[in-house]
Amino acid sequence: MKFRLSFAWLVALRFLREGRMQTLLILAGTTGGVAVIVFLTQLITQLQAQIVDRVLGSQAHVILRPPEESNRRAVDEDGYATLIEPRAQRLRSIDQWETVMRLAAATPGVTAVSPMATGPGFAVRGQANRAIALMGVDAERYRQIVRMEEYMQSGRFAVAGTHAVIGVELARDLGLRLGDKLRVAVANGRDELLQVGGIFDIGNKDLNRRWVFVTLPLAQSLLDLPGGVSNLDLTVADIFEARAIADTLRGATGLSVDNWMQTNAQLLAALRNQTVSNNLIRSFVTLIVALGIASVLVVSVVQKQKEIGILRAMGASRGMILRVFLIQGAVVGAVGSVAGSALAFTLLQVFSSIYRNADGSPLFAAELEPRFMVMAALVATSVGLLSALIPARRAARMDPVQAIRS
Amino acid sequence: MNASAPPPVIELRGLRKAYNLGTPVETEVLHGIDLSLAEGEFAALIGPSGSGKSTLLNLIGLLEQPTRGQLLMGGRDTAQLPEAELTALRGRSIGFVFQFHHLLPAFSALENVMMPAIIARGVADDEAEADALALLEAVGLKAHAHKKPAALSGGQQQRVAIARALALRPRLILADEPTGNLDTHTADEIFALLRSFNQEQRCACLIVTHDPRLAARSDRVIRLVDGRLDSDTLFTPPLQEN
Repeated sequence: MKFRLSFAWLVALRFLREGRMQTLLILAGTTGGVAVIVFLTQLITQLQAQIVDRVLGSQAHVILRPPEESNRRAVDEDGYATLIEPRAQRLRSIDQWETVMRLAAATPGVTAVSPMATGPGFAVRGQANRAIALMGVDAERYRQIVRMEEYMQSGRFAVAGTHAVIGVELARDLGLRLGDKLRVAVANGRDELLQVGGIFDIGNKDLNRRWVFVTLPLAQSLLDLPGGVSNLDLTVADIFEARAIADTLRGATGLSVDNWMQTNAQLLAALRNQTVSNNLIRSFVTLIVALGIASVLVVSVVQKQKEIGILRAMGASRGMILRVFLIQGAVVGAVGSVAGSALAFTLLQVFSSIYRNADGSPLFAAELEPRFMVMAALVATSVGLLSALIPARRAARMDPVQAIRS
Repeated sequence: MNASAPPPVIELRGLRKAYNLGTPVETEVLHGIDLSLAEGEFAALIGPSGSGKSTLLNLIGLLEQPTRGQLLMGGRDTAQLPEAELTALRGRSIGFVFQFHHLLPAFSALENVMMPAIIARGVADDEAEADALALLEAVGLKAHAHKKPAALSGGQQQRVAIARALALRPRLILADEPTGNLDTHTADEIFALLRSFNQEQRCACLIVTHDPRLAARSDRVIRLVDGRLDSDTLFTPPLQEN
């Protein structure tokens, strides 16, 4: 048996085929609109994800620190003058940090916890010395916070005994290579001779110059924090949940808790603004496409007046005529979304080969997520359907006698 | 009316039609028409331009609603029917042949003839296709079934239009100057075609025409002047049942 289209589909597709030039023009318009939207959305989503990824590549999502110390008011009710000086914050350990660590690890959404003893110091070699941040970590745990193994230029990210892992800038400043020795001193006069066990390049010169990783016990003894840690670094499953998790932990521990969203508020605001402007562009393009479809269909209804009248005379109901034009709108939207997605894919290919990072790698991947194509298809089809509504209603309301006479 | 007479396909009682109702330019086009058309009857509707022929045809064709009066189709008062039912009734029981054929240019001759069935059933089927092909064969156009109307001559187009009007075996054919823009020879052919279907299928035909030769070959001539029935002449008695 032959496949047969229903009345509305048959007539709608035939009308579209008949109005060749009009159909091609409106399809081109819809295709262009969909391509712009899909391309922009894919590009911005990818770039934003990359930026966030890069920012979070060198920092913990949530950091727990001891509460800041402050001076109490020591003046009684009748006192009329008081002098409050900000208090100097000394390096302190988190109280019962092992309990806090277990609590943090058990908090829903937290995927990794890493204790750290960190404080300022100097790296000295010969006549040269540099200010550093001494980072006492458990390498295994810290890897789950910052993916150090990905940044290693030579050696491994492993600290044991007096082995240290330093950044590539510090290595250059002090003329150090793998296996070389350097002395690390801290303000209280203690110092230790370390051996370079690994050199990393984290992509940030400042951090490459300052970070010196040693074992946790070594840092504890140098910084005078016996058995203590200065902060707990956390990784969370959903990075945009970081603020909520930080709030929960602050309430539970009373510690000072920072999260990346707070420390990078400017970045987040920029991303948000970018999203807003992207939405604005998308809305306008959608609107223009909708107006284009509607105006072409309005013209088509006028052109097809006589045919509509004949169909009505032959017993076609208003609903049938309405459907004929709604289907035309939806088909234009649907076909436009497929062609537009294809065009967007081509654009992504072209632009990803043109735009490159400083290191020559493509700025973004030339791939199209299926969800954007599905989204484009749904949106374009509904926009086509909606824009066809006014012309279709006009067609359906047409008086058959007038229409035939025209 | 005796029991042996064929029942009226359509019956008009005091039918009036006015345009621009309730405005200063209100004009009544039909001033009370009483008329009935029996099954198998072949009637010509004549009259000068502006006498209301087309309006009457539109009213009978359920394309327009009378201002006053009754219009009964197969005994049913159409005034009570909602728009959707009128449309369905029109599709099922009336076939139109227009002066300018009014075929759908985007569809082939065959598809044009199938269209009434597609509309009535919502989708084309093999039966509709077979019926349409048989009709095209009957009007001598089977070989042109897959041509678009633009590829056919005026006479051929009108023959397709007649085949289309007959697609659902309607009880009533309404033709508005079906030979109006054809040469005499072709006009005769078209007229003969209508006549033969009328006799074969026993459908009532009402033909608006300006051509006195064609009117003279009808069973009945209804003359309309200034929106009133001027004369109603029966030339030969309508065919009786065997």
